[in-house]
Amino acid sequence: MNITLNHNPEVIETDYDSITVQELLLMRSFTYKMLIVKVNDALVVKENYSTATVKNGDNVMVIHLMTGG
Amino acid sequence: MPTFEQIKVIMQKQTVGIAGAGGLGSNVAMALTRVGIGKLIIADFDVVSESNLNRQFYFSDQLNRKKVEALKENLLRINPNLDIEIHDLMLNSNNLLLTFSKVDIMVEAFDKAEFKEMIVEVFQTSKPDVPLVLGNGMAGWGKSNEMQVQNFGNLYICGDNAAEVGLEMPPMAPRVLICAAMQANTVMSIILENHFGNEHNSKP
Repeated sequence: MNITLNHNPEVIETDYDSITVQELLLMRSFTYKMLIVKVNDALVVKENYSTATVKNGDNVMVIHLMTGG
Repeated sequence: MPTFEQIKVIMQKQTVGIAGAGGLGSNVAMALTRVGIGKLIIADFDVVSESNLNRQFYFSDQLNRKKVEALKENLLRINPNLDIEIHDLMLNSNNLLLTFSKVDIMVEAFDKAEFKEMIVEVFQTSKPDVPLVLGNGMAGWGKSNEMQVQNFGNLYICGDNAAEVGLEMPPMAPRVLICAAMQANTVMSIILENHFGNEHNSKP
């Protein structure tokens, strides 16, 4: 499965047509508690990480949020 | 290229919201005021403390004063014609939209990651057409070239996305000001691109 992750092309190794956001976060080690996730420019809120899906060709953004300001 | 006088005429028509008046917020406000922004809406609950003076746009004779009141005073010294609305309050997911209901562009200038996440969820869900400019990662010193602006639709993220503030990674003026200046610069390019196209100022 080929996706764009944070503006870069990425190959996701999977036997399925899509994976959940939660699975993507684990595969790419996004371990911080505070994240922003957008799939094709639509925000995915935390409670939907386990149901929202990422499929071939999707444009995904994952940003770690950190304290400081 | 437009002249500064032409730029000011356009900036004058814009309202920018700033959530937080600390290291990012006070300096974003200062930069936007200098380039002639028409109206600022700024909210913060805190008072000026000694430890703020290493990076925030306040002065030693303003210690213990409400940040929003001290900031208003400082900004009006730059431009007495600035239209400024201040809110001395702790922002939360209930009062955020009401406080910033009439902004053209929203600037996130919170300290805590939890609040950054809250404003993204609230604004990108309820006001997806309002550009939201975040500051994310500006602790420490050096590494100027790791500071960047990323753009995902109407969401702009300024900072290195890496340097979290901690006891041994304090926030200090140079890098905090780089981040704040990137946020103000992003606000300017969004505004000016709407008027002049992106021929003269490429996004972000």
